Amino acid sequence: MIKHSFAEIFNKYNWEEVCNRIYNSTDEDVIRVLNRNGKLSPEDFMVLISPAAKEHLPEMINKSFALTRKRFGNTMQMYIPMYLSNECNNVCTYCGFSFGNKLPRITLSDDEILNEVAVIKAMGYEHILLVTGEDNQKVGVDYIAHAVEIIRPHFAHISLEVQPMEKEEYEKLIPFGLNTVLVYQETYHEKNYKTYHPKGKKSNFNFRLETADRLGEAGIHKIGLGVLLGLEEWRADSFFTALHLHYLNKTYWQTKYSVSFPRLRPAEGDFEPKHPMSEKDLLQLICAFRIFDENVELSLSTRESPTFRDKIFELGITSISAGSKTDPGGYAGNKHALEQFHISDERTPAEVAEVIRARGFEVVWKDWDAVMQ
Amino acid sequence: MKNLIIAEKEFSSRLFLGTGKFGSNELMKNSVIASGTEMVTVALKRVDVWKEDDDLLLNLQLPTINLLPNTSGVRTAKEAVLAAQMAREALQTNWLKLEIHPDPRYLLPDPIETLKATEELVKLGFIVLPYINADPVLCKKLEDVGTAAVMPLGSPIGSNNGLQTRAMLEIIIEQSNVPVIVDAGIGAPSHAAFAMELGADAVLVNTAIAIAGNPIAMAEAFKLAVIAGRMAFENKMATPIKIAMASSPFDLSLLDIN
Repeated sequence: MIKHSFAEIFNKYNWEEVCNRIYNSTDEDVIRVLNRNGKLSPEDFMVLISPAAKEHLPEMINKSFALTRKRFGNTMQMYIPMYLSNECNNVCTYCGFSFGNKLPRITLSDDEILNEVAVIKAMGYEHILLVTGEDNQKVGVDYIAHAVEIIRPHFAHISLEVQPMEKEEYEKLIPFGLNTVLVYQETYHEKNYKTYHPKGKKSNFNFRLETADRLGEAGIHKIGLGVLLGLEEWRADSFFTALHLHYLNKTYWQTKYSVSFPRLRPAEGDFEPKHPMSEKDLLQLICAFRIFDENVELSLSTRESPTFRDKIFELGITSISAGSKTDPGGYAGNKHALEQFHISDERTPAEVAEVIRARGFEVVWKDWDAVMQ
Repeated sequence: MKNLIIAEKEFSSRLFLGTGKFGSNELMKNSVIASGTEMVTVALKRVDVWKEDDDLLLNLQLPTINLLPNTSGVRTAKEAVLAAQMAREALQTNWLKLEIHPDPRYLLPDPIETLKATEELVKLGFIVLPYINADPVLCKKLEDVGTAAVMPLGSPIGSNNGLQTRAMLEIIIEQSNVPVIVDAGIGAPSHAAFAMELGADAVLVNTAIAIAGNPIAMAEAFKLAVIAGRMAFENKMATPIKIAMASSPFDLSLLDIN
């Protein structure tokens, strides 16, 4: 049993009411929140993501930029995902790995993992994000523990993005050298969550909702939050992400937090998002998170285009990926497995790093050390 | 200006620099040079101590610069001791800036773990400079276990808020038998000068230089401010007068007393 649960707070809110409050924010509300000294509340965050606040985007950008520089300096952290497996028993209507998709399924062996490690290391990376689908038989906790163990000597920082686990499973993984776990809620819209995740263990909304609590109790260093932007009304979903972050900051005060912004692109695959989000919306959201919480790490992936990434990375983002492959074995190049999603920015890490440097930022490859855990 | 002495080592500059947050390692190096500092702190997590060509470390290979590795990122005394041992082995220095902050947001130091780690590290032969809250009692306890200096914060790290802990810093400076280095929160050269005027032995600055419009020129501004503040302190700066002083002094004879 976990001691605290975000569900208790989450259940006090009603989706439609949240939408109304966001959409009813006024210009005066925005000016008040932007000029406020001191900490902002989740209710203030509603104002920052409102259509009214969009009219104040230039001021939001200035504020977000200044706060980011103060806390994180003129630096940008680099990370890269490594897909270990695309086996998956879930049916997620928007995902390339969805159970029903009849495409080759691969789980990397030790040798294959080390081949990937060699290619990724040659690019200069020290922070790696391990990703799998959800298949508790083929890529259960033992497989992941073993993978972390053999990858650990090669990287300064290891993150994991896999199925939600039990607290005891996280406690088992952490000593192998696991630093961070990302678990995206996908959507906080409880009713519609079931329609996107009709089958598999993932269909349990509440088990997923309480994952961060289990991680916090297990004593993980960093937890990553996020929603799949565009699945549902992004403003309400982002409010719940901020509410979640706010709760976690207070409850598990020794843990760091990051927020990612996976945005469903309108033309992606067969899945047409019901609530498409524009680039301008995404920029507003990034700035809103920074103004809301100056300490949270904000991450941007290669789902976004090179032009957009280059324009906005310095306005609030603190970590960025480059050169990513979303198919297992994709770096060493000897597999042609199913990709999870399409990469928009196909530049090499060196090319992206050069753009970042040219804009006056130090590219940070290493910001952790195995000796610290 | 007197030299600063910590653990029998002399420093002619009383300005220490942090090396994070700079837009490039070259900019960091040039800022370090412009500041005139002889002591820079390096986060162990940011460098690969075993790599010969670590770019940050390469940029700090300067004849007048002493490296002060710091343990930023550790949460317990146990982790700090492990990190310190790695630093000593790889960087060949006994000096250590001890930072234990279980709170990853405000990076506030844990007094209990810091005291425990200082005691243990001193026994292991380290020269320990612990980053602490401005807590006078903790400073005395750290002295008891053999700390080489104390590094109380002026305000939360990276906040640029200046000496919000002034009242406590004054007590620490008054009572201390080891050098007091005001660390964290110094956002402007005037804050640094003020700390020196209060009698701090040195200050450590990072964010205020690293994210300035021109970090190199700002490093120089801090250098001058620290010198000015120290000179003022050493030369018995006039203190604010709290009672009114008449320009014509009171004529005691009017009282007719002996």
